[in-house]
Amino acid sequence: MNVIEKQYKLEPNRRVTQLVTIFILCLLFVWSLSAIELEQLTTNGFTIAKNILVGMVQPDLSLLVNVTTSGVPYLLIETMAIAFLGTVVGSILAIPLAFLSASNIVPKPIAYVVRFLLILIRTIPAIVYGLMFIRVTGPGPFAGVLTMSLVSIGMLSKLYVDVIEDLDISILESMESIGCTTLEKIRFGILPQLLASFLSIVIYRFDMNLRDATVLGLVGAGGIGAPLIFAMNAYRWSEVGSILIGLILLILIVEYMSNKIRTKLVRG
Amino acid sequence: MFDKLLPTKKIILPNGKEVTEKPALMPFVVVAILVLTYMSAVITGFNVETIIKRIEQFFVILQQMVPPTWAYFPHIWQPLLDTIKMSLLGSLMGVLCALPLAILAASNITKWKWLSATMKFFLSLLRTLPTLIVALVATFVFGLGTVAGTVAIFLFTVAYVGKLLYEQIENANMDAYEAMNSMGLTTIQSFRYAIFPQILPNYLSTSLFCFEGNVRYASILGYVGAGGIGLLLNESLGWRNYANVGMILLLLVITVFIIETISEHYRKKLM
Repeated sequence: MNVIEKQYKLEPNRRVTQLVTIFILCLLFVWSLSAIELEQLTTNGFTIAKNILVGMVQPDLSLLVNVTTSGVPYLLIETMAIAFLGTVVGSILAIPLAFLSASNIVPKPIAYVVRFLLILIRTIPAIVYGLMFIRVTGPGPFAGVLTMSLVSIGMLSKLYVDVIEDLDISILESMESIGCTTLEKIRFGILPQLLASFLSIVIYRFDMNLRDATVLGLVGAGGIGAPLIFAMNAYRWSEVGSILIGLILLILIVEYMSNKIRTKLVRG
Repeated sequence: MFDKLLPTKKIILPNGKEVTEKPALMPFVVVAILVLTYMSAVITGFNVETIIKRIEQFFVILQQMVPPTWAYFPHIWQPLLDTIKMSLLGSLMGVLCALPLAILAASNITKWKWLSATMKFFLSLLRTLPTLIVALVATFVFGLGTVAGTVAIFLFTVAYVGKLLYEQIENANMDAYEAMNSMGLTTIQSFRYAIFPQILPNYLSTSLFCFEGNVRYASILGYVGAGGIGLLLNESLGWRNYANVGMILLLLVITVFIIETISEHYRKKLM
């Protein structure tokens, strides 16, 4: 028996676990198939799919270049403004919460309580928050901003916590040994470690918020969502096409830029 | 570009060497962010005064939710299971379809440049569309119900897992693959034995993570008529029956928490 065969023998036998996993997956698959009811299929689905595609190919050009407040460019800018301001507010509010839920900063019980609170914030759908904030501000983009900031807090602080828990404490010890004050330790010992990662996380979240901001229109919280849904419900496919084209272009551009900035941030 | 545009600071070291200090970009970034924030605040009508004055209105709905209608529980049970089934089916099929697409999109496995570029563009195009909008389109095509939701989740999963997967394939170690190729194995065979074992843990972990998120997304898909618990949520919100909303949200939080805990346990094991 040569070395290679010996190494082969050392590998633990995982066949049983693999078979059981596949079996469980198959069971779950069959179980979930029961949710599909094909009787609900509309017969004209095919025509509608074709109409959407035709609308995408022949967009309403006058809407696409319209510079008034009902044109696509303004709606896109409004959506971006909602996402941007929501991200800024959310990313600032998430910092104290993240420190409060980092188990290397505060005692464990407090960290767990704050973590549970964050899960609660993350699970409630954005639409529900939207409705709650509309009571505060009335319908419009302002409600959208508040919703976006609250929704961002949940995920941002979860990602912040991972960075905070990876903090290199030895730097602080060496700074203390050369006589730095607490403020200096925070400024030169902690901030440089956190800033790049935090910024990268925030930019990533901005990307997501831009997508989510399109949804807020459903409850009347501003953005491009409402005109899109109205156009769809009225079967004005060329209008739908022009809005979707604008949206796709915007998201593609923002994603490209954010990827560029993030790779630069991470690589230094 | 900025290095040449801005004045650089030159420092002469004691040994006579000259070092240039790169100009700091931070002040410009801060100014840009402040300007953009101000502009966004103007466009959206952001007003701190309103928040302070009327913030108690935010808690009105929350207070009405607080004793949730326990009697509503039997009604939610079935739609909740539907939501889980929808996300499970969509995720499973999406994860399976993502693998071949990711192989085609990975530029180190697919020899034709145009094919991998097209696949990459297709995947990012798919990812740009918000799930709720896809679900809305799907309800027009497939009719109201769980099918539309499953399709929306399926498309999102393909795009999300596909993107992360082709990045992992491109970063995988190619040595074993090349060795197998040179021994005469076909591309698919060498992928199966050289690359697949490398990406498998990450693939499974990404899939679990995606499933986790899908359960959360699926819960609101009903808002546009795509089946599941979102239908009831929409209905209760429409009737302003916030005690029922509270019950639905409570159940959702518990379900998501359980699924998250299970998936996190397995993801930690995979790492």
